[in-house]
Amino acid sequence: MTAPPLLSLEGIAKRFGRVQALAGAGLAVRAGTVHALLGENGAGKSTLMHVAYGMIRPDAGTIRVAGAPVTFANPRGARAAGIGMVHQHFTSVPAFTVAENVALAAGWAVRPAALRARVRALAERLGLPLDPDARAGDLPVALLQRLEIVKALASEARVLLLDEPTGVLTPPEVDDLLALARRFAGQGGAVVLITHKLDEALRATDEVTVLRRGQVVLARPVAGASARDLASAMVGDATALDEPPPAPAPGDAPVRVRLAGLSVRREDGTAPAVQGAELVVRAGEIVGVAAVEGNGQRELLRAVAGVLPAEGTLEVAAPVSFIAEDRTTEGLVPAFTLTENVALGLGRAAPWVRGPSLDWAAARRRTAALIADYDVRAPGPDARASALSGGNQQKLVVARALERRPAVLVAENPTRGLDLAATRAVHDRLREAAGRGLAVLVHSSDLDEVLALAHRVVVVSRGRVVPVPVGASRQWIGGLMLGVEGALA
Amino acid sequence: MSARLRALLVPALALVAGLLVIALYLTASGFDAAQGLAAMWRGAFGSWYAVSSATLVRAIPLALIALGFSLALRAGTLNIGAEGQFYLGAIAATWVGLHAGTLPRALAVALVVAAGAGAGLLWVAVPAWLKRRFGVLEVISTLLLNFVAESLTSLMVQGPLQEPTHVYPQSDMLPVSARFWAVPGTRLHAGAVLAVAAAIGLAWLYRRTALGFELLAAGAGPRAARVTGGLDVPRLAMGALLASGALAGIAGAAEVGGVSFALYPNLSPGYGFTGIAVALLARGEPLGILASAVLFGALEAGAGAMQRDAGIPSVAVYVAEAVIIVAVLLADTLAARRRAALAEAGA
Repeated sequence: MTAPPLLSLEGIAKRFGRVQALAGAGLAVRAGTVHALLGENGAGKSTLMHVAYGMIRPDAGTIRVAGAPVTFANPRGARAAGIGMVHQHFTSVPAFTVAENVALAAGWAVRPAALRARVRALAERLGLPLDPDARAGDLPVALLQRLEIVKALASEARVLLLDEPTGVLTPPEVDDLLALARRFAGQGGAVVLITHKLDEALRATDEVTVLRRGQVVLARPVAGASARDLASAMVGDATALDEPPPAPAPGDAPVRVRLAGLSVRREDGTAPAVQGAELVVRAGEIVGVAAVEGNGQRELLRAVAGVLPAEGTLEVAAPVSFIAEDRTTEGLVPAFTLTENVALGLGRAAPWVRGPSLDWAAARRRTAALIADYDVRAPGPDARASALSGGNQQKLVVARALERRPAVLVAENPTRGLDLAATRAVHDRLREAAGRGLAVLVHSSDLDEVLALAHRVVVVSRGRVVPVPVGASRQWIGGLMLGVEGALA
Repeated sequence: MSARLRALLVPALALVAGLLVIALYLTASGFDAAQGLAAMWRGAFGSWYAVSSATLVRAIPLALIALGFSLALRAGTLNIGAEGQFYLGAIAATWVGLHAGTLPRALAVALVVAAGAGAGLLWVAVPAWLKRRFGVLEVISTLLLNFVAESLTSLMVQGPLQEPTHVYPQSDMLPVSARFWAVPGTRLHAGAVLAVAAAIGLAWLYRRTALGFELLAAGAGPRAARVTGGLDVPRLAMGALLASGALAGIAGAAEVGGVSFALYPNLSPGYGFTGIAVALLARGEPLGILASAVLFGALEAGAGAMQRDAGIPSVAVYVAEAVIIVAVLLADTLAARRRAALAEAGA
C-alpha cells in the first residue's frame, strides 16, 4: 500500500583516484517529506547528490525514481526525470536577467515578453517572487539563491536537492528557505537538504540520513532524535559538540587593541561601513564579534588587521596575524606549495629571510614541523595547497597565523566549511594561544561559535560596535544583531 | 620520471614537432625537405661563424626580451610591447652613441646601454601609469604603443637622427668608441654578456630572494598576496613591468651598439614578439630562456640560410615556431587539467 520513494539511491559506490568517496551509500526520499543529509566534510554528501543529479556516474549502485530504475547520462536526464538541484556555488550568469537565467536552465525559448510572463508566473506559483528583468549580478545573495531554486524547479521538478543552502543566509532568510522546503513537500514533492547544522536538521526535516566516509551510519525519522544522536553519528564522538565554557579573561591584562572613534569605508571606498567604533581587546582575551552579514564587521576586523585603511584612533600591538575568511583566494595561493604559503604569510619577518635572501630549505623545514604540530594531513611541505581538503587548508592557515607569535590575532569565520572535529581543533588552538597572552578578535557568522569561543561578545550592527553585557541571553544578542531596539528577552 | 626531466621533455618534443611541420610543409610545397633542413642546419650551426655571428647574435635580443617578458608575467602583468620598447631603446642608444664619440669607450658603451634601458623603461611607464591611474589593460596599451614606436623610429631616421646626406632613411654610423666589444672575427658582441648576466641575476632573484617570491605571489595570488602577505601588489606589478621595459630597451641598445651600429626602421625582425615565444618555451625560467633563445636564434638564422641557399621561403620556420609554442601551451594545459582532476579527487 505504501508508494515507493520518489527518489531512492541504493548501494552507490564511487571512487576518485585513490579516494573511495562513496562505498555503498544510499538514501530514500518519500513524497511529502523533507530529508536531511548530514555528514562531515568529505563524508560524501555532495558526491551522492551529484550522482542523483546525473553529474557523476557511479561505479556501482542503483538509482530509482518512483520505483523505476534509471540511469542519468547528464543533469539534463535527471531534470527530465523530475529532479532539480540547487548547488552550493551559484550557477547563474551575472550579466543575464532573471528570466534569461531561467530560460537557460530550463531550455526555454528566449522571446522576451512571453518569457517574462512565464517566469513571473512560475515564481509566483512557487511563492518565490522575483523581478524577471533584474540582472542576476545585481541581486543580493538571498535573491540569487531564490533564482537558483526557481531554476531548479522550472521544469516541473518533484525532487529538490539543496546543497548546503543556508550557509550564505541570515537567520530570517534561513527560516524562509526552510518554510519553502516544507511547502514544496506539502504539495507532494520531496526535498533533500544537505547541511552541517544540526538544529536545521532537527527543526525542519522529517527524516535524516547521516553519511560518514562514504557510508550510511544512520537513517531514521527525525522525531525523537537529539542533536547528540546526530552529532555522534557524524563524528563517532558525541563529546565533539561540548566545548569547555571559556574561562573569564583577566581584567587587568595589558591592552593590545584600542579603537576610539574609528571609521572604516567599504572595500570599494564608497560608503562608510563602520562609524565611531570603540573597542578594547586585552592580552589573553578572546573578543567575539557577532553580526549579521554586511553590517560592517568585516571592515572592522580588516581595519584592525591593517588590511583596510581607517580614520580615528587605532592602536594595535604588533605583530598582527590575520585569518581571512576566504581561504582559497585570500588566505592561500592554491597553486603554491605549503612551504610557499607559509613563506607568504610570514613575509620578511620570517627567520629564513636574511637581508634580501630567502632560505627555502629553512622555510621548508619549519613548514614540515608545523604540519606535524598542527596535524595537517598533507603529503609533505612540497604538496600544493590545492591538494589539501578544506579542513587541512584551514589548519595550515591557523598554524601559520600563530607561527608569527603575534600579539594580536584577527580571525574572520575561522572554521567556515569545517567539520566538527576540525572546528574543535581550531578552537583549541585559539584558546591555547589566548592562554599564552594572545589577544584575539574573532567573528563568526555562526552565533553559537561566537558564544562558545569568546570571553566577551560585541555586536556590530549598522556599522556601530555595541558591547554585550556578560550573561546576556541569545535572544538579547540576536535582537542587537538585527538592530531591534529594546528587543530584550 | 623526475619533474626536471619532464620539464625538458615537453620543449624537446615540441621542437621535434616543429621540425616535422617544417619538413611536411616543405614536402607538400614541392621542395626538397632534406635539402631545406640541411641548409637550415648549416645556417645555424654549420660553422663557428654561423653559430657566433648568426645564431647567437639573434639570441641576444631574444633572451633579453624574453627575460623581461617573464619578469613582468611573474608579477601578473603582460608586456606585449617589447617591440616598441626595443625601438625606443634603439633610438635613445643611437642618439647617445652619436654624441659620445669623445668619451672613453667603457663610459660611452655604458651610456649607450643606460640610454636604452631608460628609454625602454619610460616607454612602458606610459601603460604602467595608465593601468594604475585608470585601470587600462596593459595588454592593449603596450601592444598599441608598438605601432607608435615603429612610426617614431621612421620619423627619427627621416628627421632628427637621419644621416647627414639626408638620402637614406637611417642614422649615421656610431663612432667606434661607442660600439660594443665583439669576439674577434665574429659579430658576437658584448650584449651576450648582458643577456647572460641578466639571466643569472633573475635566476638568483627568483630562487633565492624574498623579492622574487613576492613578485611570484603578486602574480599567482594577488588577493592572498595583499591580504595575507601584506604586499603592495600594484607596486610590485608596476616595478616588474618597468624592469621588463628596461630589458627590452637594453635589447634595442645592444642591437644598435653591437650589430647594426646605426638606427634603421626595420631594425627588429619581430624580436619583441618572438621573445614572448622564447619565454613561454622556457616557462619563464631564466637559464632556460638562454637555451630557448639560442634555439629560436638558430631557427631564425637557419630560416635566412634556407631562403638564401635553397630558395625556400623562410615563413616555413615561422610556422614551425608557432607549432612549438602551441605544443608547449597544449602540454601545459593538459598537465594543469590533470593536476586539477587529481586535486578534485583528493578533496
